[in-house]
Amino acid sequence: MLTRRDKLTVAAMIGVPLLLDAAFVWIPALASVFLSFTKWTGVGSLHIKPCSEFPSAPGIPQPGCLYGVQNYKQAVTIYPDFWPAVQHNAIWLLVFILIATPLGMLFAVIIDRGIKGSRIYQSVLYLPVMLSLALIGIIWELIYANNYGLINTVIGRNGNDNLIDWLGNPHLNLWALLVEASWRQAGYVMVLYLAGLKAVDPSLREASLVDGANPWQTFWRVVFPAMRPINIVVLVVTVIESLRAFDLVYITSKGNPLRGLELLSVAVTQNIVGETQRIGFGSALGVILLVISLVPISVFLYQTFRREER
Amino acid sequence: MPDRSDFGGPTAGTPETDSAITPSLSRRTALKSVAGLGAVAAIGSTSLLAACSSDKSSNSGNAGSATGPITFGSNYSDAATKDAFAALTQAATASTKVQITVNTTDHNTFQNNISNYLQGTPDSLATWFAGYRLQFFAAQGLLAPIDDVWDKIGANFNDAAKNLSKGLDGHYYLVPIYNYPWVVFYNKSVFQAKGYQIPATWDDFVALCKKMKSDGLIPLAFAEKDGWPALGTFDILNLRLNGYDYHIKLMKHEVPWTDPGVTAVFNQWRELLQYCQNGANGRLWQDAAKTLENKQAGMMFQGSNQVAANYDPKNLADLDFFPFPAINPAYGTDYMDAPADGFMLPKKGKNQDAAKKVLEYIGTKDAETDFLKTDHWDVGLASGLIAPTYNDIQKKSAAEIAKCKNVSQFMDRDTHPDMANAMIKAIQSFIDSPTAATIASIQKSAEDQAKPIFTS
Repeated sequence: MLTRRDKLTVAAMIGVPLLLDAAFVWIPALASVFLSFTKWTGVGSLHIKPCSEFPSAPGIPQPGCLYGVQNYKQAVTIYPDFWPAVQHNAIWLLVFILIATPLGMLFAVIIDRGIKGSRIYQSVLYLPVMLSLALIGIIWELIYANNYGLINTVIGRNGNDNLIDWLGNPHLNLWALLVEASWRQAGYVMVLYLAGLKAVDPSLREASLVDGANPWQTFWRVVFPAMRPINIVVLVVTVIESLRAFDLVYITSKGNPLRGLELLSVAVTQNIVGETQRIGFGSALGVILLVISLVPISVFLYQTFRREER
Repeated sequence: MPDRSDFGGPTAGTPETDSAITPSLSRRTALKSVAGLGAVAAIGSTSLLAACSSDKSSNSGNAGSATGPITFGSNYSDAATKDAFAALTQAATASTKVQITVNTTDHNTFQNNISNYLQGTPDSLATWFAGYRLQFFAAQGLLAPIDDVWDKIGANFNDAAKNLSKGLDGHYYLVPIYNYPWVVFYNKSVFQAKGYQIPATWDDFVALCKKMKSDGLIPLAFAEKDGWPALGTFDILNLRLNGYDYHIKLMKHEVPWTDPGVTAVFNQWRELLQYCQNGANGRLWQDAAKTLENKQAGMMFQGSNQVAANYDPKNLADLDFFPFPAINPAYGTDYMDAPADGFMLPKKGKNQDAAKKVLEYIGTKDAETDFLKTDHWDVGLASGLIAPTYNDIQKKSAAEIAKCKNVSQFMDRDTHPDMANAMIKAIQSFIDSPTAATIASIQKSAEDQAKPIFTS
């Protein structure tokens, strides 16, 4: 039987996290969902009345009002950034899963084998993760710039007639940025993975060696399955990093996303932060991003809890 | 850098007038209110936390003392303009005896936060821009009218300057300090060495571009990575082809973006684009200006506030400009973009009487002369002002702006900011693939986006 004191303790232990959770996660999320059905410049009050009840004059914002599903309709029909943004987010995710993350794993495995100078490689590969984004923006600007950039200068394509516009050409710039992003992501995954590899019981490897497995088999059949927890962490980090991809595009485009670099997160920011704000429209885009993010998160949680029940 | 309503009083109420009768919630308390989201359904249309409308401010409460200290919010964050602004505020204190504390914020941050800033605890005075960007905030009741200031300083300005300081309701909301022209820059030494002549017509201009190209020069330095510079090219082609009235109507969406006049602008631009520096979408304007300064490019169309300000002072003597050549004889070179910057009085600012005294001082030739002591690329707006520190570029700028029958501000100052953003994207697509098909598709997309922006 719980005493009164026990009950109070339990209530506090559940109540405080619940309050924090509500204040920092649920209320903002629900507020965004609510705002996505409104039209509001962020100036003045938000009225709980349909927009059609307010007089409208050309070019002049109405006071905040209820706008129905118009924001969603406009996003998918006339907002030119929307579908490119969805596509680019998907490409970003695929490149991270297929290239950046495996590359980080490869670095980790090689370094873990104790090659000469592994500490130096480790530092060099991790360095991009520690650099500030402003710095990364400048570094890559110097590499990609079309007239004085490193690449165009080295390959002799920096004249006016033959230059390659790495950051401006919408067919190239996403890939140019994915190189930057992978450059950071690989280092990040490498460190996570190194920690995982160090935690694998050495006797497992010795046992597989005794059984006559080659290094390839040892890794895939023994070490990799033993690292299941870290694999899941890496996968979740990869998915989250690619869905919230934002900073590099923002730094490269200086706010207004260049064509070819549209991302959902950038579209949200562009509409909500700025001199004039379309809070309702930006929130609608945010809700769409939230729904997309919920898919991998739900799958992950479902998997985790199902295992625990067993 | 560049940049970006009347609600005509009776058409749309300000928050102050509406909140008394309508259930409403203010931005600050939106989160709190949504906590009661479930309650919305239950309460229905009755008051949803009606007590939340705390952003009402009485108009008389912040008049303050006439000599009380004031604060001045500034976005003049670059070293050079910061110095010029410091000189101005010091002179204002000396003249009006009002102590001024300057709060400088980074240019972009200031602009991005302006809505929150004006609704929160703004400074007594703040830097801002003329045009629709001023009217947009004035019409939402965030600025205090300063007609009494203009009663005193009105004689110092011409009608063009007066018009761009007014809100859509006809009241004054801005005291301008300077503007600068968007013109074609070139190096005198290059024109002299190659024997180039200043083109007066479109055909001369294209012929000159062709000649420069065959001489191994990039005819027109060009950059659009920042998004806004190419809006200037659209503006000038539109002003030259279709005139000022059409331009303003287009900016206010009284003319649709699918209009043949817009197609004509893009077609004209196509002809010029082959002479513009390639890869513009990936280049910052500073880098384009460097190509001109290094004499790799023959000309560059941009604002003097950018090109002249970016030039090394020792090369500045070589820099010169001419107005964009005439295209349609009906309009000649009557118009140009000459964006003006100035100062506004936030409604919620403190010590408004003292702030108005400072504005009265700023609206004089003396004040502009003080400001321009260290600024060698902008020109004062007071009529007939030729500051003693003007260089050749500034003297010519003042003369060319004065010759115009009308000056527009800039696309992102003359139209709704969301529309300007849409056009940035459209123009970047055009630069990327300047074909008739692209032009048709961006005109349609611009019109599709303009409808919800302007008609609701």
